[in-house]
Amino acid sequence: MNRVIFFTILILLSGCSKRETPVDIGNREKILHLGNLSEPKDLDPHVVTGVSAYNIISALLEGLVTDDPNDPSEKTVPGVAESWTTSADQKVYTFKLRNDAKWSNGDPVIAEDFVFSYQRMLAPAMGSPYAYMLHLLKNGRAYNLGTLNVFNQVGVKALDDKTLELTLEQPTPSFLSQLNHWSWFPIHPPTILKFGKQNQMGTAWTKPENYVGNGPFTLKAWRQNQSIVVQKNSLYWDAETVQLNEIHFHPIGDHMIEERSFRAGQLHVTGTVPIDRVRYYKDSKPDQLRLDPYLRSYYYLLNINKPPLNDIRVRKALAMTIDRETLAQFVTRSGEDPAYSFTPPYLTGYTPPIRFSTDIEAAKKLLADADFPNGDNFPAMTLLFHTSDLHTRIAEVIQQMWKDNLGIHIELENVEWKVYQDRRKNRQYDIARAEWVADYADPSSFLDVWLTDGGNNHAGWSSAEYDTLLKKASLTVDTSERSSLFNQAESILIDEQPIIPLIFLPSKSLIQPSVKGWNPSILDHHPYKFIRLEVN
Amino acid sequence: MLKFILRRLLELIPVLLISITLVFFMVRLAPGGPFTAEKSFTAEAIERLNEHYGLDKPIMVQYGNYLLNLLKGDLGPSFQYPSRSVNDIIKETFPVSLELGALAMLFALFVGLMAGIVASLKPNTLQDHVPMGLAMTGICMPSFVLGPLLILIFGLWLGWFNASGWELPIDRVLPVITLGSAYAAYISRLTRGSMLEVLPSDYIRTARAKGLSEANVIFKHTLKNALLPVVSYLGPATAGILTGSFVVETIFNIPGMGRMFVLAAFNRDYTLILGLVVFFSLLVVAFNAVVDILLGLLNPKLRMHS
Repeated sequence: MNRVIFFTILILLSGCSKRETPVDIGNREKILHLGNLSEPKDLDPHVVTGVSAYNIISALLEGLVTDDPNDPSEKTVPGVAESWTTSADQKVYTFKLRNDAKWSNGDPVIAEDFVFSYQRMLAPAMGSPYAYMLHLLKNGRAYNLGTLNVFNQVGVKALDDKTLELTLEQPTPSFLSQLNHWSWFPIHPPTILKFGKQNQMGTAWTKPENYVGNGPFTLKAWRQNQSIVVQKNSLYWDAETVQLNEIHFHPIGDHMIEERSFRAGQLHVTGTVPIDRVRYYKDSKPDQLRLDPYLRSYYYLLNINKPPLNDIRVRKALAMTIDRETLAQFVTRSGEDPAYSFTPPYLTGYTPPIRFSTDIEAAKKLLADADFPNGDNFPAMTLLFHTSDLHTRIAEVIQQMWKDNLGIHIELENVEWKVYQDRRKNRQYDIARAEWVADYADPSSFLDVWLTDGGNNHAGWSSAEYDTLLKKASLTVDTSERSSLFNQAESILIDEQPIIPLIFLPSKSLIQPSVKGWNPSILDHHPYKFIRLEVN
Repeated sequence: MLKFILRRLLELIPVLLISITLVFFMVRLAPGGPFTAEKSFTAEAIERLNEHYGLDKPIMVQYGNYLLNLLKGDLGPSFQYPSRSVNDIIKETFPVSLELGALAMLFALFVGLMAGIVASLKPNTLQDHVPMGLAMTGICMPSFVLGPLLILIFGLWLGWFNASGWELPIDRVLPVITLGSAYAAYISRLTRGSMLEVLPSDYIRTARAKGLSEANVIFKHTLKNALLPVVSYLGPATAGILTGSFVVETIFNIPGMGRMFVLAAFNRDYTLILGLVVFFSLLVVAFNAVVDILLGLLNPKLRMHS
């Protein structure tokens, strides 16, 4: 009996050798496995909002321009448009579409497709969250708000099948980088109309069997919360360049589970790295860790309507006491850069102003001037953030810095994600954690947030001078003059301190050595058609 | 029997109505809504979305509409996933949870019964202490400890299994063990206890005296009676396995209904939360009814009383 059991166990064990991992198979069959953090809402570019949706949509659809894979600063290169001309007043762009650009069902990509797409995006009934990106078009805003009902007055026109003319409300130097946002991607009109009305969201057109795209890949399978699979599109105009046969996107929300899956050989590239694992990879597997500059600013919002935060001296004292170098080096430890401005210093042609430094003595004096010497009588205040390892650690350290240096005690308040968002939106906070990720590579993607009527201006801060400078910058074509206007505007923002800049977060990922062509990009864009899998 | 089933079905109606009403109003009390996001939507966009989903109507009208649609079997659209209805999502995720739950239940039954029987045959010897000691550990060890531990040993160190996912048949092994082991442990203790009660009875002695083989005595005569407490445990256990699998589904990133439920609550996806509550309530009530019927079939005494 015992012998039988012994041999059974032996046979079972011998059958279980180390398996061939998905990454091994992927390397052989050119299948890329990506960690994608969360399940996208949909794959309709007029409905989606987040990075995880962009990651998939950018494989399925291609805009007029696309990313230059070798330029981390995100200069755009021709996409579906092979060339374009600009009018002397910089208001009219005429795009020549590629003759060989096709949809995945074989239809040619024509200028009329873009007109249809932009009409859908701007249609009030769509309620598209990113419709405001298309307010750049002449009358785009009016049509989107429903004050204009005829679409032919909006600045988009198909001159012929292959010529598209976009007329802007005003000259916009950042227009080409903005065009690289998914809200400007085309969709296939006959497919939309086959499954619903032009302005209808949530129809069946995004199901794998129905999806028609013009990108380097087509949608093969969509298993909710499990994986989204795209496969090489042989009808894509540049199919020759595409090396991968398939990409599998795995929505793994928990960072620890994602890292375990990476270690088990299930992912080629992860969406992020758990904060506690960065050190381990830095020390023992540096070739698998990628920390690249990214347009992502982490800061604290101050409720400037609430005393004592309505006193600029208090705001400045709070900002000047935080040792950002210590924060980046010993707390977050993932290659963050200390932030003294709201815009990160990674944009070509723009250097953000440095208006203050860590100066504890000066901060003490400011607080004393504001009638709180040594923090005496400082009212009870809370720092609001949502549940996450990173936010908790940063908050605890800053709480201590304020206590040690200024003698004030700030309570920490850790709440659930939606509760946090709701309270921030309704300004029910004293100090709140916040961050901003750019939609396109231009200072305006950051600075527009703080316009008086900016939808994300949760500080309630308003400066007529700031608004004027940004308005002026948006009309200025000369790059150095434009950059100087942005600089002046940002100086006002930082001087008035409705926010406390803290750190610039990098894009973090773990990457298998077999992945080639995954180049740094400040927007964290990695055009898949240039990605290769090579085993040494 | 028909009367019994009918009564069970009628009981279902107030249970469902109460849970729907409670959940319908409670989710709306929670701060934030389905369309609050890190990057704010414009006011116009939120207005359109509210219109699209009927959230602009008075709350009692929304409630009435929901109940009317429910009567037609329509659980409504999901707010988070516009191109899927709640019915679609249940159709997609329930089979996954069902497969996980059923396999875990089979594992629990097989391991639990075997361990319980083995332990009961030689009480208070090593043959009893080892499986019962393991069972105690199994009951005490929560799945969020056992799961990562199994992944670490069998996924990362030995490299036999994937650390997450639900793609291949082999991906079922670790989650099923994680989910099933606590139930296996409980079943083994129940089995041992009732086996020890039944084994000394007169009819077992008679069976042995007749010269029946030991296997025949244990599996045919003893186990049939000893199973009763295990069967009555199966109802709540199955419901628990199906509704409580969200921890295991999260640890292994399994696209099941439990994980969807948690995500729905985080996303304030009102209709999805409600739809899943309705579905879960139906499941729990149905399983309890099935167990009552099973017990009746196994034990003629119970049938007489009802």
